[in-house]
Amino acid sequence: MIRLQPRSETPRLLALAVPVAAALAALALAAIPLALAGAPIGRAYATMLEGAFGSRFALAEVLTRATPLIFTGLAAAVAFRARLYNIGAEGQLYLGALAAVAVGAGAVDGPPALVTPLVLAAGALAGAALMLGPALARVLLGADEVVTTLLLNFVVLLLVQMMIEGPMKDPMSLGWPQSEPLIDAAQLPKLIERTRLHAGLLGALACALAVHVLLSRTVAGYAIRAVGAAPAAARFAGLPVAGTLVGVGALSGALAGLAGAGEVAGVKGFLAADLSPGYGYAGIVVAMLAGLSPLGTVAAAFFVAAVFVGADSMSRAVTVSSYIANLIVAMALIAVLVAGILTRYRVRLARAGSA
Amino acid sequence: MQTALDILLTVSFWAAALRIATPLIFGVAGAVLCERAGVLNLGIEGIMTAGAMTGWLVVHLGAGLWGGVLVAALTGALLGLLVAGLTVSLGLSQHVSGLAVTLLATSASYFGYRLALPAAADPPRIVPFAPLDLPVLSDLPVLGPVLFRQTALTLLALGVIALLAWFLARTPLGLAVRAVGENPAAVEAQGIDVHRLRIGAVVAGSALMAVGGAFLTLSAFNAFFFEMVAGRGWICIALTVFAGWRPAKALLGAVLFGAFDAFQVRLQQVAGGAVPGQVFLMLPYLLSIAALLVGARNARAPKALMTPYIRGER
Repeated sequence: MIRLQPRSETPRLLALAVPVAAALAALALAAIPLALAGAPIGRAYATMLEGAFGSRFALAEVLTRATPLIFTGLAAAVAFRARLYNIGAEGQLYLGALAAVAVGAGAVDGPPALVTPLVLAAGALAGAALMLGPALARVLLGADEVVTTLLLNFVVLLLVQMMIEGPMKDPMSLGWPQSEPLIDAAQLPKLIERTRLHAGLLGALACALAVHVLLSRTVAGYAIRAVGAAPAAARFAGLPVAGTLVGVGALSGALAGLAGAGEVAGVKGFLAADLSPGYGYAGIVVAMLAGLSPLGTVAAAFFVAAVFVGADSMSRAVTVSSYIANLIVAMALIAVLVAGILTRYRVRLARAGSA
Repeated sequence: MQTALDILLTVSFWAAALRIATPLIFGVAGAVLCERAGVLNLGIEGIMTAGAMTGWLVVHLGAGLWGGVLVAALTGALLGLLVAGLTVSLGLSQHVSGLAVTLLATSASYFGYRLALPAAADPPRIVPFAPLDLPVLSDLPVLGPVLFRQTALTLLALGVIALLAWFLARTPLGLAVRAVGENPAAVEAQGIDVHRLRIGAVVAGSALMAVGGAFLTLSAFNAFFFEMVAGRGWICIALTVFAGWRPAKALLGAVLFGAFDAFQVRLQQVAGGAVPGQVFLMLPYLLSIAALLVGARNARAPKALMTPYIRGER
């Protein structure tokens, strides 16, 4: 019989090996749907690898997609640390994008050094404001934030559709529902010419570092971790549990809002209803793969982005549905959940009955 | 005001309310069953999607409509087994595990749909369940059109609620399910296997959720569309809290919700043009949030909800 023995601490190497093994397992499991689709397995993996890392442009594209994923991954990681399950990153991303357009499409004018920070701040504020509601409802009424944030995702997407079909619609867009474009001064500079990679990546990396420092080196970060680990003990120790949850909710929402503002200001230049292919939900996978570590989020976002970019080329080359990418990412989440047991327990073989 | 009353007083309005409520009745019944046993099943959105897809697909491939319902239920049960394996057997976070299953089931459904129909721009249609035409019953005034001219699945949904209420309140097994959601250690002390009970409840509850999804493709519409479940699963979770985890109140919540949804569609026709359509489409989600907030204040959740049970640990 197999027995699980709780570990008092997790070996560092194991903590690193588990997400890598889970990611590889998910990639290996992708062979099943590929085989069902009748695709040549070897060629499929080869084109996937080629599509993600085969050229400078491929790599730039992976980094471009990793940028919003770092933001949404951080949003999930920091909230989950406090056991505040913010699943609303998708909605916060869109509201952040909406705010970025409201500020950046001509409402303010000036040098880029002034306008760009304003646009990003608007996105962060909008995301934070959206998450305040569910966080307060959790603290004051005990309403499960998972359900409120999930439902708000639908509300925000409808709000975005309403705005870009109505008051914020670009009259020059020939009937396509999209917002007016940002003015030049609001756009983030490109990092590499003739790619989509923009300065938002540097912002995302800076945020990852900042959240890391916050969680590991500050009093507020200690409170966040304590509230997540043992809320009753945190309350007994006199920590402001409710205040911490609301604060962490605002921070999480702000990070997700930045993802949206960054996509508008760095990649698209305007807002359309297809801005995010599920970056908000994928952020949860990123955070879990990272073991909720802010720095790990960067690596996990890179992996998930590579899966999406690689699967795009693969699905074109061997004609399978591009939903294969979502499938791989979902399998990676389940794999890392299951494998996470190894970090918390020691698996021992024992005779039945010997306790 | 006059128009609002006019709408509420028509028979077709209440028939529509019950029709809109049907997938929610199945979903909320499944959620109540899972949660009374102590497991928050956030796989619901994906399970409903998978039920909608697989049920529709087998009918499209030639099976009968009830065959479609059965396949949907089996798909739901299988996904329920996955949810239970993660949350009960392995004791992992119910929040994250459920979301993981939703992501997996949703993407697998979309992938499977594209696999079966590689290049269908216009989704193929099936012949869905027809409205019932029962002797005497269907011709009753008011009750006839509201209850007995629905499709068979709507009546099945009402039957499921009655069965669930009876099961939880009156049977020894139902008592054990409730006890396992309140105090699993006490159940274990009675010599009953906590994990088996919880797994059973999650599997059965998930099967119900999937049938709710199948109602969308086999009765409400006649084709499968991407994102057609559109948050109904999450709405069911909110309604469960609103209902205080009681089956009869869950039915009431679902029907009220259906009535509200039918009302906003009719109001949209009256107010058409003056207000953007999206405002009306937002209302169901906002209403669910409101229901959750109201419910969260008063309701008493099963005590062991979201707490994994590990033998020999307190």
